[in-house]
Amino acid sequence: MNLLLNISFSSLARWIDLSLTNLLNNYMLVKAIEMVIAGLSLLVFLVPLCFFLGYMERKVAAFMQIRLGPNRVGPKGSLQIVADTVKLLLKEGLTPNASDKFLFNLAPVIVVIACMLVMAPIAFAKDFQLWDLSIGVLYISSVSSIGVIGILMAGWSSYNKYSLLGAMRSGAQIVSYELSVGLSIISIVVLTGSMRMSDIVLSQENGWWIFKGHIPVLISFIIFIIASTAEINRAPFDLAEAEQELTAGFHTEYSGMKFAMFLLAEYINLFVVSAIAATLFLGGWMPFHIGHWEAFNHVMDFLPSSIWFLGKTFAIIFIIMQFRWTFPRLRVDQLLNLEWKYLLPISMVNVLLVTIMAIMGWHF
Amino acid sequence: MSLLGEDIVTGKGEFVINIGPQHPSTHGVLHLKVWLDGETINKIQPHLGYIHRSIEKMSECLSYRNFIYVTSRMDYLSAHINNQACALAVEKGLQIEATPRGRVIRLLMAELTRLQSHLLWWGCTGLDLGAVTPFFYAFREREAIMDIMDETCGARLTMNYCVPGGVMYDVHPNFQKRVKDIIVQLRSRFDEYDQLLTGNVIFEQRTKGVGYLSPEDAVSYGCTGATARGSGVSCDIRKWFPYDGYENVQFNEILGKTGDCYDRYMVRMAEMKESVNIIEQLINNIPEGDFQAKTKMVLKLAKGEYYQRVETARGELGVYIVSDGAASPYRIKYRSPNFSNLSALEVMAKGAKIGDLVAIMSTIDLVIPDVDR
Amino acid sequence: MTSEEIKQSVTALFSDVIYDETGEFLNILINASELRPLMELLYSKTEFKFDYLFCLTCIDWKTHLTMVYHLLSKKHRHNIVVKAKIADTNKPEIETVCDIWKTADFHEREVYDLFGVKFLNHPDMRRILLDEDWVGYPLRKNYADENMIKL
Repeated sequence: MNLLLNISFSSLARWIDLSLTNLLNNYMLVKAIEMVIAGLSLLVFLVPLCFFLGYMERKVAAFMQIRLGPNRVGPKGSLQIVADTVKLLLKEGLTPNASDKFLFNLAPVIVVIACMLVMAPIAFAKDFQLWDLSIGVLYISSVSSIGVIGILMAGWSSYNKYSLLGAMRSGAQIVSYELSVGLSIISIVVLTGSMRMSDIVLSQENGWWIFKGHIPVLISFIIFIIASTAEINRAPFDLAEAEQELTAGFHTEYSGMKFAMFLLAEYINLFVVSAIAATLFLGGWMPFHIGHWEAFNHVMDFLPSSIWFLGKTFAIIFIIMQFRWTFPRLRVDQLLNLEWKYLLPISMVNVLLVTIMAIMGWHF
Repeated sequence: MSLLGEDIVTGKGEFVINIGPQHPSTHGVLHLKVWLDGETINKIQPHLGYIHRSIEKMSECLSYRNFIYVTSRMDYLSAHINNQACALAVEKGLQIEATPRGRVIRLLMAELTRLQSHLLWWGCTGLDLGAVTPFFYAFREREAIMDIMDETCGARLTMNYCVPGGVMYDVHPNFQKRVKDIIVQLRSRFDEYDQLLTGNVIFEQRTKGVGYLSPEDAVSYGCTGATARGSGVSCDIRKWFPYDGYENVQFNEILGKTGDCYDRYMVRMAEMKESVNIIEQLINNIPEGDFQAKTKMVLKLAKGEYYQRVETARGELGVYIVSDGAASPYRIKYRSPNFSNLSALEVMAKGAKIGDLVAIMSTIDLVIPDVDR
Repeated sequence: MTSEEIKQSVTALFSDVIYDETGEFLNILINASELRPLMELLYSKTEFKFDYLFCLTCIDWKTHLTMVYHLLSKKHRHNIVVKAKIADTNKPEIETVCDIWKTADFHEREVYDLFGVKFLNHPDMRRILLDEDWVGYPLRKNYADENMIKL
């Protein structure tokens, strides 16, 4: 089955490429059509993914809060999120009179585009990647910060004081936490020696970095999880939309589909962040391998690589969801303190440790 | 900044923001006008009266039997204790005393009311600080208490169970058993609450050293209840001026030390345990006899003034009745705890962040209908 | 301090005060003009130390208004009630005590709102519960409203 999957995607892509080239004989046009196909298939993947994440979040929350969660619409409430989407689609998309209408309508689009762009270099399974560019990791960390522009835009253009405060908070927060995210990514880049996503995954063939890299990599994994939770504005770092303080923060004035796009972006971000964490630290689609235990590794290979990837990603998503439903929210100054006084110094020292480790070859 | 209009920016680098009357953390229709410098609060001005119903005027138009029920609508979370205060004030005027059984039942109900009020407060505090989960855990026990009240009083929130001379009906046959069950249940759940919220690092950071209220200010602003006790000011009316037999039960008045949000929180948490202790002492010792003293159909208080204070879940409630000998009060004044506690909000929140304001408001435990009356 | 001792100490300083001990607390009846010195004395004198103003209200007796101040000393645990008579019901005025007890700030605004008593030197004399443009003072006995029903 593993074999089947691998062959099917690569050959399918090659087949599409070849047949289009033969048919049109125009390089630019072929690339354009291929991009449209890639974008569409991403959308087809993302919408059910967000439905599932929405459902999962509700069920996890319910499970933690001694209640049942959605259980009326569809079997076990699984269609609840579809019903919600229909509701949001039918709602009136209000635009405040005094707002900057162009920016106000542009903001949710930018937020969604930013997080969809990050999907490009993620390896969903073996040989299953949209774009395996040589600076994959750098691309991810730079493109993911475009989202903050959308948030600032939303807050500024809404003509609402709560929105403005929320946007300012979010700006400060994302800019600061980007550093820690970047530094913990660097520690893996140092160990791998490459920024290409496929190289990073392949370097973990004889064991995942979280096991091979001793304590320093464990530390950067923890820092990555904390900092990226902050970067995607999820509780306990959801200051930008702190409900009890700023009603809904930067998206206070949004309704209907425009609001739904922020929600969509939140879930895509959640997935992306977990996918990156899974790729960097837990081997991505790489099955659980131990050094030279050939027989054991073979057994592990029986599970398809896509299952491995999604399993790891959803495990991390589950952890991040648990954060949200257990912790109170930090205050804005404590949030920045945490980054600048604790996480950043720790991750800087940690990068140094990882570098020494890589040079001396102390890792497995 | 011209984008945001002139009314928003005062020109001094201050940012005026209206929190409420519809806002998730004001727990009702409180309207706070807040002057901000960035995220720091420079000034707060509460605007009240969105739910003012002139309960004092209504009470002046009602008979001594009927006005008690209006007071359930003031502090709806300690509705029974409000009723108790009024019943006691009327009893003082009539120079009668409730029957022993009536007094104990009242007291039990008052402590159950305090428990459910504090449980709701605990859930809301978590909610205000961004932790949604405690709310559901608090409601699990609160529902059980509400069911007990429902069974005996026929209502869950505004019970109207107190009448001058005792209580309206006898307790339900299941009452004792169910209260004993809830005591056992609560005892085990308090640890769970602590694990969920109290010991949390983020929670401690959010509350420790936040919203400081000095003991002098607490007295001067007339703060009572856990708001003042968090600052170490002894003000428990149950100890100072015992009523309805509080002098016969053993309990401690919990006092804080530092006067910050964390101490107010801890005082309330400990008060819940004290309430459970009080209930435990009384539940097996409900005296036999009448639950209600014989009173005339139309009550008329002798000419004079009667003041009764009780300890509600939020502080000292005073009922001041001026009687001219007629069948309804000439003047009635409710000294509500929230009204005074709210006035201390500005000293507590000045210089704090917006996030702190939410923490402070939740640890004062405001009930807006009680502020506005 | 017992009420007898309080009476003696007050009488020594204020000659024309009337005492009323029929109720639960010792009542001191004075004129509105003398309120301020008496209150300052009650607050500052160490034997009294009435540091907690637990109730502040007004009563409309149709012919005159009476301000009622309930005081408690946290230290000595004694209570006292000060009543100040305001003769002029059309334009009632009295000195504020909100600089002595900060709680009086809100309570005086409430009395102003519902009884129309103007507190001199109060820093923020606005209506607190009702709208700014409300006509009349609802807790006055002569307040009329067509929707009001007396049972």
